[in-house]
Amino acid sequence: MNLVDIAAVVLWLGVTTYAVFGGADFGAGLWDLVSGRGSEADRSRGLIAAAIGPVWEANHTWLIFDLVVLWTAFPVAFAAIMSSLFVPLSLAAVGIVLRGAAFAFRPVVGGPTGRRITTATFAASSVMTPFFLGAAGGGIASGRVTLDPTGGDLFGPWLNPTSVLVGLMAVATCAYLAAVFLVADARRLGQADLAALFLRRARVAAVVTGGLAVVGIAVLAADAPVLAGELIGRGWPLIVASVLLGGAALVAIGQRAPFGTRPLAIGAVVAIIWGWGVAQYPDILPRTLSLTAAAAPSGALSSLLVVFVAAAVLIAPSLGLLFWLTQDNRLRGHGSEAAADTAARVD
Amino acid sequence: MIPDLGLLAIDPAELVAARSQMAFTLGFHIILACLGVGLPSLVLVANAIGLRRHDPVALLLARRWSLVMAVTFAVGAVTGTVLSFEMGLLWPVLMGRFGGAFGIPFAVEGLFFFLEAIFIAIYIYGWERLSPRAHLVSGIPVALSGVGGTFSVVAANGWMNQPAGFALGADGRVTAVDALAVLFNRATWYEVPHMLLAAYLVTGFLFASVYAVGLLHGSRDRYVRLGFAIPFVAAAIAAPAQVVVGDIAARAIFEDQPAKFAAMELITRSGPNQPVTIGGVLVGDDVVGGLAIPNLGSILAGFSPDTPITGFDAIPLDQRPPATMVHLAWDAMVGIGTALVALGLWGLLLRLRRRDHATARWFLRATALAGIGAVIALEAGWIVTEVGRQPWVVYLVLRTTDAVSQSGGIRITFSVVIGLYAVLGIATLVILRTMTRRWAAADLAAGGRDTAGGGAHPDAAHVPYGPPGTP
Repeated sequence: MNLVDIAAVVLWLGVTTYAVFGGADFGAGLWDLVSGRGSEADRSRGLIAAAIGPVWEANHTWLIFDLVVLWTAFPVAFAAIMSSLFVPLSLAAVGIVLRGAAFAFRPVVGGPTGRRITTATFAASSVMTPFFLGAAGGGIASGRVTLDPTGGDLFGPWLNPTSVLVGLMAVATCAYLAAVFLVADARRLGQADLAALFLRRARVAAVVTGGLAVVGIAVLAADAPVLAGELIGRGWPLIVASVLLGGAALVAIGQRAPFGTRPLAIGAVVAIIWGWGVAQYPDILPRTLSLTAAAAPSGALSSLLVVFVAAAVLIAPSLGLLFWLTQDNRLRGHGSEAAADTAARVD
Repeated sequence: MIPDLGLLAIDPAELVAARSQMAFTLGFHIILACLGVGLPSLVLVANAIGLRRHDPVALLLARRWSLVMAVTFAVGAVTGTVLSFEMGLLWPVLMGRFGGAFGIPFAVEGLFFFLEAIFIAIYIYGWERLSPRAHLVSGIPVALSGVGGTFSVVAANGWMNQPAGFALGADGRVTAVDALAVLFNRATWYEVPHMLLAAYLVTGFLFASVYAVGLLHGSRDRYVRLGFAIPFVAAAIAAPAQVVVGDIAARAIFEDQPAKFAAMELITRSGPNQPVTIGGVLVGDDVVGGLAIPNLGSILAGFSPDTPITGFDAIPLDQRPPATMVHLAWDAMVGIGTALVALGLWGLLLRLRRRDHATARWFLRATALAGIGAVIALEAGWIVTEVGRQPWVVYLVLRTTDAVSQSGGIRITFSVVIGLYAVLGIATLVILRTMTRRWAAADLAAGGRDTAGGGAHPDAAHVPYGPPGTP
C-alpha cells in the first residue's frame, strides 16, 4: 500500500465516521420533524435533544476533518468537486448553519413561537443537509464531476437519477441509524414507550432504505452502468454484508438484545460506504481522475498522516471519554431527570 | 492524466461577489472565533476562584458564562464550517493548486477543533455531574485547544502572506511540500500572538462592557463587580502586550510586504524621512487630508529618520492594494488599540487611588464602549492583513483574480449568505439577551444574586457542585 492509498483510506475512514455519527444526528432531526404534537411528541423531542446535545458538535467535526483531508491530500479532486457540485454543496452548507444554530438556540429561546421556529428549522435542515450531501456523492459516484474549471452545468451533476437516489438513501440511512441509536438511549433512560416508538420507526426506516436499495439497482443500472457494474463485480461482498448486518440489527433490536444492535446497524452502513469506495478504486473521480493523479506531493501526504496519528492518539481517547460519560449518564441531560427538562434547566 | 488548470476569463462581478462573501463570512466568524478562544479562559478563572474561595457568586458567573460559550461556540462551529466549504466553492484554483501546502495548517487546526468540541461538551454538560475538580480540569483542554487552533489557522493566513515550504512545477501545481516550513512561515511568528491577544482583548472588553453597563445602571452587588473585574483585568493585561506585538508585526511587514506597508502608512514616494499620516486618503498619487507627523514613519520602521521606505512610486500599479481602505483601517486599529491601553491604565489608576470602580461613571461609560471598540479594532486589523495583501491571494505567487471560482453562482450565494447571516446574527443577539433577561428575573425573584448558594436563590441548586440530588 503506497502513501496515496493510505491517504485515501484515511479520507474514507473520515467519510464513514461522519456518515455514521453525523448521520445519526441528522436522522434524529428527521424524527424530530415527524414527531407531530402532544406530550409523546414533546418527550420524543426531549429524548432526541438529550441524546445528541453533548455529541453533535464533536460528530460534526468529522465533516471538517473530511474536507481538510480531501483538500490537502487530493487538492485537484477537491477543487473539481467544489466547482461541479457548487449548488448542492452550497445548500448543504446553508443546511449545516441552520441545523447547528437552531439546535443551539432551541433550549434557550423564549416563547412557543420561538420554540416552533427553531424546532422546524432544526428538523427541516436535518433532512435537507444529508440529502444534498448524498446528491453530491451521487454526482461523484456516477462520474459527473468534471475538471472543467467552470464546473460545467450547475444542475446536471446533482439533479440526476443517481444523485436523487443517493440523496434519498442518505436521508433514509440517517433516519435508520438514529432510530436504532434512540431505542438504546430510550431504554437506558428507562423510557419504555419511547423505545417502542423508535423501534417501530427503525423498522419503517429499514424497510424504506431496503426499498430504495432495490429501486436503486434499477436506477444505477440505467443511469450509472459503470458504477453499477463495479458495485456488483467487486463490491458485492460488502453489499451482501450490508443487507445481512442491517437485517440482523433489526432482529436483535426486536429481541431486546442487551448489546450488539448498534454495532450491527453501524456495520450495515459502513459496508455500503466501503462498497462504494471499493467500486470506485483506484479513481477519486470515476473515469476522470485517479487517486494518484489527484494526490498532493508525498511531503503533504506524510505530514497529513503524522497529524492523523497525533489525532488518533489524542482524539480517540477523548471521544471515548465523551461517549462513555454520555452513555454512563454522567453528563447533564442524560440523567434521571426527564430529558425534556433539559430546556428548562439550561436557563 | 494531468488536469487542465488553465485560466479562462473571469467575470469581474463574480470576483467581487466572491471576495465580498469571503470577507463577510470571515468577518462574522472571526468575532465568534475570538469568543471561542477567549471565553473558556474567563470561565475557568471564574470557576477556579469559585472553588478556591468557596465563592458561589464566582461559580454562578462561571456557569452562566459557560452557557453563553455554548451558544457562541455552536454558532462559531457552523460559521467555521461555511468557511471550509467556501475555500473550495469560492477559491477552487487556490485549493486545487496549493491545497497540498496550504491545507496542512488546517489539518492541524482540525485536530485542535476536535479536542475543543469534545471537551467543551464535557465541561458544559458536566456541571453538577462531575466532581468539582474533574469538571474544572475538563475545561482546561478547551482553553488550550483554542490557543492551538489559533496558532494553526493563523499560520495558514501567515502562509498566504509569506508563502513558504513548497516547490512549484511547470504546470503551476505544488510538487514538493515541507510541512514545518509551511506552518512556521515568516508571518506566523507575529500574526499568531497578535491574533491570540486580539481574542482575549475582544472577549475581555466585550464582557467587561456588559457589566460596566450593569454598574452604570446601579447594580453594585458582588456578582456585577466580579463579572466586571475578571474580564476587565484580562483585557487590560492583554492591551499593552498587543501594542508591543503589533509594533513588531508592523516592522516585519515593512521588511516583507512593502506594498502593504506603503498602503498602511500612505507612503507615495520612496525615500527616507517618511511621516506618519493620521487620517487622510489617497487621491491619484497624492495624499489628501490627514495630519502628518514628520519623520515618525521612518523612525518607527527603522529607529532613525534616515530609514528609507518603499512608496507607491516603486510599486507597479497592478501590485498595489487599495491604499485608502488599508490606511484608514490601520489608523482605526492603532487608535482604538491605544485607547484600550489607556482605559486599562485608567482602571489601574483608580485601583491605586483606592477609588471604587463602580462609582467612576466616566470610566464605566468608556468601558461600556470598549467591547464594541475592540471588535472594530479586530475587524480593522483583519482588513489591514487581508486587503493589504491584495491583489494577491498567495503573496507574489497567485493573484486573487486567478483563484476565483468560475462556477457562475456566487452572486446568488452571496445574496443568500447576507440574508442568512443577518438572521443568524440577530438571532444570536436576541438569544443572548433572552438568557441574560431570564437570569436577571431569576435574580430579582431570589432577592439578590449574592445569596446564591444560600438556599433561597433558584440557581442555588445549580451552582454548588456535588452528586446529583443534593441541594
